[in-house]
Formats: sequence, C-alpha cells, structure tokens
Amino acid sequence: MKVDEAVVNTVANLAKLKLEAGDIDTTIEQMSRILALMEQMQAVDTSGVEPLAHPLDAVQRLREDVVTESDQHEKYQAVAPETDSSLYLVPKVVE
Amino acid sequence: MTRQGWEVVIGLEIHTQLNTASKLFSGSSAQFGSAPNSQASLVDLGFPGVLPVVNIAVFRKAISFGLAIGATINRTSVFDRKNYFYPDLPKGYQITQLDQPIVVGGEVTVTLSDDSTKTIRVTRAHLEEDAGKSLHENYQGQSGIDLNRAGTPLIEIVSEPDMRSTDEAVAYARKIHQLVTFLDVSDGDMSQGSFRCDANVSVRPIGETELGTRTETKNINSFRFLERAIDFEIDRQIEVLENGGRVVQETRLYDPDRDETRTMRSKETSMDYRYFPEPDLLPVVLEQAFIDDIAVSLPELPEARKTRFVTDYQLPEADAQILTGSRALADYFEAVARISGDARLASNWIRVELLGRLNRDEIELTHSPVTAEQLGQLTARIQDGTISGKIAKDIFDALWLKRADDVDHYIEENGLRQMTDSSSIEPIVDQVINDNPAQVEQYRAGKTRVLGFLVGQVMKASGGKANPRQVNELFRSRLG
Amino acid sequence: MSTPVTIEGALRGLAAGEYSSVELTRHFLDVIRERNPVLNAVISTTDDIAIAQAEQADRDRQAGRGGPLAGVPILHKDIFCTEGARTSAGSKMLDNFVSPYSATAVEKLTKAGAIMVGKANMDEFAMGSSNENSFYGVVRNPWQTDRVPGGSSGGSAAAVAAGFCLAATGTDTGGSIRQPASFCGITGIKPTYGRVSRWGMIAYGSSLDQAGPMTRTAADAALMLQTMAGFDHRDSTSLDEPVPLFTEALDQPLAGLRIGLCKEYLQDGLDSGVETQVQNAIRELEGLGASLVEVSLPHTQYAVPAYYVIAPAECSANLSRFDGVRFGHRCDDPVDLEDLYTRSRSEGFGREVRQRIMVGAFALSAGYYDAYYRKAQQIRRLIKNDFISAFKTVDLIAGPVAPSTAFPLGDMTDDPVAMYLQDIFTVPSSLAGLPAMSIPAGFSDNLPVGLQLIGNYLDEGRMLNAAHQFQQRTDWHLRSPDTGEVS
Repeated sequence: MKVDEAVVNTVANLAKLKLEAGDIDTTIEQMSRILALMEQMQAVDTSGVEPLAHPLDAVQRLREDVVTESDQHEKYQAVAPETDSSLYLVPKVVE
Repeated sequence: MTRQGWEVVIGLEIHTQLNTASKLFSGSSAQFGSAPNSQASLVDLGFPGVLPVVNIAVFRKAISFGLAIGATINRTSVFDRKNYFYPDLPKGYQITQLDQPIVVGGEVTVTLSDDSTKTIRVTRAHLEEDAGKSLHENYQGQSGIDLNRAGTPLIEIVSEPDMRSTDEAVAYARKIHQLVTFLDVSDGDMSQGSFRCDANVSVRPIGETELGTRTETKNINSFRFLERAIDFEIDRQIEVLENGGRVVQETRLYDPDRDETRTMRSKETSMDYRYFPEPDLLPVVLEQAFIDDIAVSLPELPEARKTRFVTDYQLPEADAQILTGSRALADYFEAVARISGDARLASNWIRVELLGRLNRDEIELTHSPVTAEQLGQLTARIQDGTISGKIAKDIFDALWLKRADDVDHYIEENGLRQMTDSSSIEPIVDQVINDNPAQVEQYRAGKTRVLGFLVGQVMKASGGKANPRQVNELFRSRLG
Repeated sequence: MSTPVTIEGALRGLAAGEYSSVELTRHFLDVIRERNPVLNAVISTTDDIAIAQAEQADRDRQAGRGGPLAGVPILHKDIFCTEGARTSAGSKMLDNFVSPYSATAVEKLTKAGAIMVGKANMDEFAMGSSNENSFYGVVRNPWQTDRVPGGSSGGSAAAVAAGFCLAATGTDTGGSIRQPASFCGITGIKPTYGRVSRWGMIAYGSSLDQAGPMTRTAADAALMLQTMAGFDHRDSTSLDEPVPLFTEALDQPLAGLRIGLCKEYLQDGLDSGVETQVQNAIRELEGLGASLVEVSLPHTQYAVPAYYVIAPAECSANLSRFDGVRFGHRCDDPVDLEDLYTRSRSEGFGREVRQRIMVGAFALSAGYYDAYYRKAQQIRRLIKNDFISAFKTVDLIAGPVAPSTAFPLGDMTDDPVAMYLQDIFTVPSSLAGLPAMSIPAGFSDNLPVGLQLIGNYLDEGRMLNAAHQFQQRTDWHLRSPDTGEVS
C-alpha cells in the first residue's frame, strides 16, 4: 500500500481534520512508515483464526428498562461553546 | 405517463422506534415531546469518558418481532460502530448491528387491493440507536440541536427487493406497522417519527434480470407519502431512462409540499462508514430459555385476532380486517363493544364515524378526541333505545369537539332522551296526518313509500327524539 | 514534620497524630508549587477541593470513621473526569473542560478518604511513550531532567518519584503505567482488563484501556488497587468478580512460585544495562524461593504492529465526539458545518493525536479493513493464546518493561515507529488483557530500570505478593531522585 496525497486527503476528510499544505509531505512520510510497520503483520498466517475484539471472552450484561436519569441540561450545557433556548448551536444544517 | 414495458423493484428499510421506558444505552427517558435536551444524559450527549449499557427490553421487543415473522433469532449478536459526523449524532458514530444482527430472515404475507396475496421476505432486523434532531429555525443564524431522541432504541427492518409495485410496498409497510403495534414493540406513531420508511426503488425493462440502478428515498413518515414518493420516483426514473439518461445512485428526500423527491445534499459523497465492533460493548449472548419465554408470551397476532372477531363478534371478514389494522384500533373496538354490548353497532360506529373523522382531520387513533369509553357509552345508549341514531351523531359531534364529556350527563342535560311514551308522540302523529291530507291519500291508495315522508315530519316536529320504529307503528295502525 | 514517602507511612503518621491531613496536604501542595516549574508533572492543582477533603478526612479520622486512605494526598492523571475540576486529557481540545461528573475510580478513592491535590500531566489523550505530546508541555524525568519520564502517564510517574504526592492514578493502554513507572523508578500496576471501571476515564483504545495505581511500593499499590477496583454497572466491560484484599496476601513466601522467562523478551536490541539489572532482579526472586522456567511467546514481534492498528482504530472513533458542539474547543466563526468540524478538531488536537486518528481511520476504511483491522484482531488472538499456553507452566512471567532506560528529550519525536517500538514488551499483555506491573529493579547509568511482572487473568494478588517480597529484599523502590539515596 502506497500512501500518497490522495490517500492522505481522503483519510483527513473522513476524520474531519484539515491538513495544511505544508503538513502533507510530513504526513505522507510518517504514515508510510507506520503502514510499513503495520504491514509486518502480513508475515503471520492467520487463516482460520477468530478475530479477538475483547481481551476477555466475556458477554454483555443487560440492564433493566428503568429510567434513572433526570433533566440536567443546565449543568451539562455549562461547558457547551454555544447554546440558545436549551439547544446546542451549529452552523446551518442543509439536508 | 405510462409504465408499460417497465418492471418496478422496491425494497424497504423501516425504522421502528421501540416503545421502551428508557433509551437503548442509557437510563434517560425515551418519552416523546419533552423540553429540548431535558432527556439527554451524559451518555446520550457523548461526554468524554462515558460508556453505554444495554437495555434488556430492546432485545425482548426485537425478538418478539422476529418470532412473529418466522425469522431466525441470533443467540449471539454484536453491536458495531458506524462512523460519520453529523450534529445530531453526538459521538460521531452510531451504535448499530452490522454482521450479527439480532433478527435474520422471516417473511410477511400481505393482502393487496385486488384481494390477492403476496409474500415478502425480510432480510434482517437489527437494533440501533436513533439520532437527535436538528431544528432549522433561525437561532442566531444557526441551527439548533435537540438530543432528546439521541439514543432512543430502533429496530431497522430491511426487506428483500421483493416488491413490484407501489401497492405492494404500501401493503408491506402497513403489514409491518400492524405487526409492531400488535406486538407492543412500537407505538407506531408516524406523526412523531416512530415509524419511518426508506424506499429503495429501481426500474428495469420487463424481462431484464439485472437490477437497475436504485435510489434511496429517506425518512418517509406516512403511508400516503410513501405511496406518493415511490410513484414519483418510478415515474422519474422511467422518464430519465426513456430519454436516454442514466439513473444516478443517490439518497433522496421526499418533499410533501411539492410532492416530489429531490437529491439530499448532505449525502452527496458516498460515505465510508468504517464499521467495526463496538469495543465498549461485549457480544450479547442469549439463553434459548430467554427466547422461548418471549415466544410463549407473544400477544395475539393480527390474523388470529381477526379470526376471533369474526367468530366471537359475528363480524363480516372485511370489517374484522379493518378493525385489526392496528393493535390500538383492535383494542379500541373491543373496549367499545364490551361497554355497548353490541359488537356490530360498535364496529359500524368505529368504521364509519370514528375512522372517517380521524382520516379527515389526519389524527392518529391514539390521539382521538373521542375515547373508547365515550363511544362505548354512546353506542350503549343507542342499543338500549335511550337515544336515536340521529341524536347519537349529534352527541358524537359534541364529543369530538370536546363540548361533551360524559354521554349520559350530556343526554340528560340537553333533554335528548328518545320519546318512548306513546301518549306524547300520538298527538304529533295526529297533527301530521291532519296537516298532510294529500300524502295520507297517496298512502291509502297504496303508495306506501310516502310513509317515510310522514315519519320524517314527526321526527322533525319531535326534535329527533321520537323513536322512528314506534312512529311507523302508530301511522300503520292509524292509516291501516 | 517528617515527610512520609509511602501511603503506609502516611497512614501511620496520621494515625499517630504526627500531622493532620490538612498539614500533609498543604505540604504536598507547597512541594508542587515549588518544584513543578522544573518537572511540569502537574497540569493543575486543586487546592480548594484538596483542603476541603483533607478537613473532612481529619474530622472523619477523629470520629473514628475514616476510610482506608483517609487523608492521603494523591494526584489523578488528567484523563480521569473530576467533577468541578478541569479535565484536559493533556489536550488543547479540553483546555476549558470542567467535568460535570467524576470517574468511578476517582469516586472510589475519594470515598476511601484520598485527597485530590491536583491533576497530573500526560501525553495528549494518552497517546505517547515519552510525555512529549502534552498541550501543557513536556514532563521532565526527576532523575535526569534532560530525559523523558516515559508516557503516557509521565506526569503521574514523575510526580510520585519526585515526592509531589504519595501516589497517583495512571492509565495503561499499551504500557502507559508500566513504562513511565520503569523510567521514573516507581511501582505501577496495570490490572486485568475490566478490573477497574473505565467510566469517566477518557477513552483512547477502549478494548485496551485500564486504570491502575502508581506508587512507591507494592504494598501501597495493593492498598490503592483494592480501593479502585471492582464491578461497575456503568461499564459493560467491567468484571463482575470479587476483588480480593491484595494487602493480606503480600507476606506469603515465594517458595514454589514458578516464574517464566520469556526468551523473546531477552533478545537483541535490549539495552545491556537494562538486561543486567533485569537478570539480577530475576535471580533475586529465585533467591526468594521461586523457580525459573523458560517460556516462549512466539508472536511477540507482531504485537506492536497489531497494537498500532487496534488502538488507533478505536481512538479514531472515540475522538469523533470532539466536534466543537457540546464541549471542548470550538474554532472561531465557523462558516459552515464542515469548517466547524475540521478547524475545531485540527486546532484542538496535537500532531500525534491527529496522526493516530488518521492511521485508525485508514485501517478501518473500505478495502483495508480485512488487511489491517481484522488481521490485527487475529494476531491479538494468537498473542493471547501464547500467554494462555505459557501460563499452563508458570505463575508469573518476568522480564524488562522497556528496551532502554529513559531516553533524552527530543530523541525520537521525529520517528514515530522508533517511539512505538519502545512498547514492545508492554503491548503484548495489553492486547491479551493480562495484569502486569513494573517494579524498581536497579539502575543503569544512574537511571532507574524496571522489572516487569505479568500475571494470569485476575491474578494481581500473586504479582503484588512477589513484588512485595522482592521489595523486602531490595531498596531500589525507596531511592529518591534528589540524592539517589534511600529516603
């Protein structure tokens, strides 16, 4: 896998990060090195190996359907950058 | 425009909100209509450091649905993260189920407008969390975000592309709606977004085996809009193809005001959702006994209830079909029938008066101004002869407009009791005979149809309170 | 007042009335004020909260109802949400974030009477092995201030070593407790995944993150861990297992203990000074009655590549919530939604964090998922299986924590891969979810060397027992950076 400007831009867009023009070359270079590290995994034969998503093969607990939360919007919105009428504000959303 | 020569292929994805008390991953209330962000907890807001915990009720409900459509229930199901940025999605990912959903397969059989039936296969039904809402009114030139709905549990029911007409698609959507309401899986309230359809539509020349390019029209929240959106999309696609164009695979929105679908600008670029197993949650592994318990306690399904209505209440099949359209309606009917003691009368009043009004005013049954108790009382008073059918309609109007509350009280207060004492009707009958000698003559000459006119005169003079049957009797004996 | 250096010592002094908790707390706040400008181990002190808690602890102690840590001043890594105090995660993104709630681990420690004197510096969002990735500046190693303290819990490690507090909380995703503990000459334990609740701990790699104590001694670590650990219904991955009283098993003799020596951990590339100290430490354990058994963990070399797929993939999603809408940094005057997202995030996140998010997004993207993410999870299974086999014949595995001692500041900042390879001995047990710890095992060129002990699942007790016995025979853990002498 070769990392080039197109790959870096696509990934930056997915991650909603902005790359300044001057950062692109460094990013390509560093990502290339990291991908080369990741590529080392290909030396391992993993056919038939079940992927491990959680270190302990435990199962999910389920909670009872009970309302335990109360209205705390003032407290939670105290750290919000911009609110109005108890709503979080964002630039106009176009559907 | 003609659709001749074209075959339509439709698949539906239906998002059904589960009617649980709390949300899928938090203890916030899942109730609709509260003040903005008053039901958004730390978990719903995606604060740093918070974690989801799974509500057991969502599994009970999803499994009920799966069992009702004869699906396979996955004893192990896994939650995944679906990554994308949107202001109504606080964490920047939606927790959903990709490879191991709770429900796989199953089918439903629908009855079409020509009374034929068709079986439509369900691909899968998976659990996922709903997003919040963006409000586009002007807040300092910005949009406002209300996250009360964020984290509300949904099942997304995905069909196979088995439908070949708008009629089939709408019948399928109605069938699913009927099922989820009967099963008490969802309140099915479309006006509040509890039941939303995405329609995948494509067309191809008849005989072609490859599928045409499809479009997905999202978030359709009424059966009428579903019908219109699909019709619009079929015609649009045929027109594009007949003019030598190509259908673009895209996401579209139905605009009810303009009755058209249009490209959804926010989804222009094809998304790469980067699904992966949700590391904050473990696989959900259910005991067979858990599933079996749900199976034995499944509520009566629509088909069974319809059959029971025909047998127990002696209703015509067509009427029973209508009354089992949703669990709320079937429950409403049974309540009215129980109070009135006359199931057919209850059925008539519900089908003709109640559903007619609800339809006209676009009100969901659950928000009906006339309660089952009130209509039961009203029909009981018709049944026992206290009021006439005509007076009953007036009272129904009063109930609808909230001018009346208790039926018996209203009848007494307004003196609407039917006159059953013949001594008070006889003078009116005699008066009508005196005032209409020509009609009396015609009746005696054998034109018995004129009796209706004479009875009408009595009803009018009595303010509707005379009993028509009794008036008929009186005329017959006097003019006989 | 004679300043205590351990929790045990402080509890004795408090019980004997040598000093009050308020006096002890003021002492540590003074030390931080005086010496933090050099080390930069602390992002913020929480003086008002600390004094109020200390006053309460003194009252409780007098009333005879103090908890097991009543009056003990500690620091929390700034990744733990602490209600009413800034919780920055070492990032500009959360520079203005005062948490509306507290982490479970913090609550448990507070309930036990611990005093929060402040929040420790760290690599931004726990991403780093040198503590050079903090928005609040690099942390310096108290043993040699031109060296790194290790990371990501570098502030916690430096602070404990330098006597800013008696203990600190840390978090470990791929070595972030053990490696800084090794570099700073203290004791640090990463428990079994799921032992300590992750509620309120800002997530980096959710399937790897574990909180644990960073202390001078194994006995202190045992006391603190048994306080922090335990089932939490708010964390679905929390283990519903009883927490033993680790402190009560510390004195068991080590006779019969089987210690595994992993040949893949004692290989080329390991600094010879580190190797010597580690070998000496292992002989010390043998002298305590343990038997040594050679074991193999054949997939060790693939642990770093697999880890640097899984952790960034998880972080790429975990950090999506920082979007400038509900909390955290928001760019000035966004022109549209896209601008709000990209500028808020690019301004708020530092270079390493941005890079890991991008690597993670790439590893999960269409067409690459199987080759990277799925492959990494398969290797994770193989690594776990290696350990399961090894633990059939041994009770603990012993080896180095890191390939070298603390390296000079700036040495690896331009070479991410070289930095990532520092984690070679710590990520395997993280991927497997096993408990592991670092204990001081000597010095190489006047810099501390740590010995790593890896235990079987839920077997922290045996690890702490071995560490404590080792510390009864050695005094490396009591050396202080100012003098190098036993304090």
